[in-house]
Amino acid sequence: MVVSILHRATGVALSFAGLGILTWWLFALSSGPEAYATFTKVATSPLGLVVLIGITWSFFQHLLSGIRHLVMDTGAAFELGVNKTFAILTIVGSIVLTAAVWFYVLGVAK
Amino acid sequence: MSIGESATPLGRVRGLGSAQHGGEHWLTERVTSVALLFLGTWLLASLLMLPKLDQRTLIEWLHAPSGAIPMALFVIIGFRHALDGVKVVVDDYVHEEGSNFALNTLFLFAALAGGAIALFALARIAFGSVA
Repeated sequence: MVVSILHRATGVALSFAGLGILTWWLFALSSGPEAYATFTKVATSPLGLVVLIGITWSFFQHLLSGIRHLVMDTGAAFELGVNKTFAILTIVGSIVLTAAVWFYVLGVAK
Repeated sequence: MSIGESATPLGRVRGLGSAQHGGEHWLTERVTSVALLFLGTWLLASLLMLPKLDQRTLIEWLHAPSGAIPMALFVIIGFRHALDGVKVVVDDYVHEEGSNFALNTLFLFAALAGGAIALFALARIAFGSVA
């Protein structure tokens, strides 16, 4: 239940914030150094980082719960125990993967 | 018990077939989701594997066909999948016909505009000179 709601919420977040930022990022990238500097300044501000980390988590959560829904579309994994374990794994997985990505990014780049 | 007396709404509509384009929409949403599984993973892995995330490195990456083509696919399929997904949410929560149509049309225009802007920017990078 919770994971199903998260799938929707993260899907909406990715649709608006995710694709919005992707589009801004590509446009800034193609518009020259000043436009890109503005993007970088906003993206690397504390609020910008929180949003980017949120989008990364939304991406992983939506991807993992999406795989779960694809499996369930085949009629599998409806048994209570299996279903619940799978749901919990999507949350654990999304948090672990988000942490791994951002420890890597903040540790290595720049 | 005849179909008309069925206890649940689901029971009444089962067996009647699709009312509109639900089947096609349902399948498209899933096909695009599998495509995005690969393209999304590609995008994230590519960004993480780039030596630096400065403008020059990113433009070189998207200037090459190996970067530009998957990114174009990601933009097109990503906006399509978002449009299909948001429509499910709108249809679930906004039942009044006029508002439902208005919201779905607004999001259709937003997806087309966003996709066009992103593809234009990508084309400018892919076909432009490397800075």
